[in-house]
Amino acid sequence: MTATRSPDRTESERARFRAGVRRGVPFGIAVFAIAVSYGVLARPVMGSVAPIVMSIVVFSGAAQFGSLAILGAGGSVGAAIAAGLLLNARYLAMGLALAPSLRGRPLSRGAFAMAIVDSSWAAASRGDGTFDPWYMLGVTVLQYPGWVLGTVVGVLARGALGDPRALGLDALFPAFFVTLLFEEVRGRRKVAAAAGGAGIAAVLTPFAPAGLPILAAAAAAFAASRMRP
Amino acid sequence: MSAIWITIIALALGTAALKLVGPLLLGGRSLPAQAMGVIELLASALLAALVVVETFGHGRALTVDARAIGVAFAAIALVLRAPVTVAVLGAAVAAALVRAIS
Repeated sequence: MTATRSPDRTESERARFRAGVRRGVPFGIAVFAIAVSYGVLARPVMGSVAPIVMSIVVFSGAAQFGSLAILGAGGSVGAAIAAGLLLNARYLAMGLALAPSLRGRPLSRGAFAMAIVDSSWAAASRGDGTFDPWYMLGVTVLQYPGWVLGTVVGVLARGALGDPRALGLDALFPAFFVTLLFEEVRGRRKVAAAAGGAGIAAVLTPFAPAGLPILAAAAAAFAASRMRP
Repeated sequence: MSAIWITIIALALGTAALKLVGPLLLGGRSLPAQAMGVIELLASALLAALVVVETFGHGRALTVDARAIGVAFAAIALVLRAPVTVAVLGAAVAAALVRAIS
């Protein structure tokens, strides 16, 4: 998500946290709906308990949908883990960018770091290279219960639903990735990386085992990083 | 332990580690510019690959079916600045409608 309102650095921590919570309400609702679709799609592949545990301990749509796509297609555990980690490699960059804005003990810095999600990190950017950690925490705080409860609802609803294909639920999966991609792709290097990744996946799918076409798309990121911004 | 639980544990630990490295270990220092340049672009490349595989993949074949209509709906909705929820759920409705009439 793009930051539309820069957090004000003169307000108290409590006020900035509350402003973040207000900003996070629509994200919490969207995340709940997406988690319902995750629960519905994950249950046939992972059973009832595992998707809920995964939402509690991983809390990452890209990694959870990405690894589910590979496991569901019969790909290997290694490919599922590698794809999930590569999808989340952006958190390394986000954490590095956030680090100078964090104060206090390691436990406190670590707690703020764990609250990083794409939307809250972007919303907490002050636009001068610094971040408001309390505002970020506020934007995230409703998304976590939204993600976990949505997964529970999805897993439970799956039994009551008929054929997921007749309901178009298999289209939720790629549509969710389109929304993430839409938010992510800004600037010509990211457009080039996305186009290259899509091309690599399309070319390799008929020949490579499940999961590999997605991992191989990382090569497009290397290639695009050599372009001028 | 099953494949699914190994995947869950590895992704939980790995995701936490990715978030924590900067704030806990590097303390404000940054990685070489070249590495950051690649990291920034990984999500775009992999998300686009996932869109292709999940929209057109059918085992090892590429096909165009109702999923493509759903994804097209989502993309158009996003370009028209519709909320994410509308784009995602609308994709399912569009795909279901195509299957219902075909």
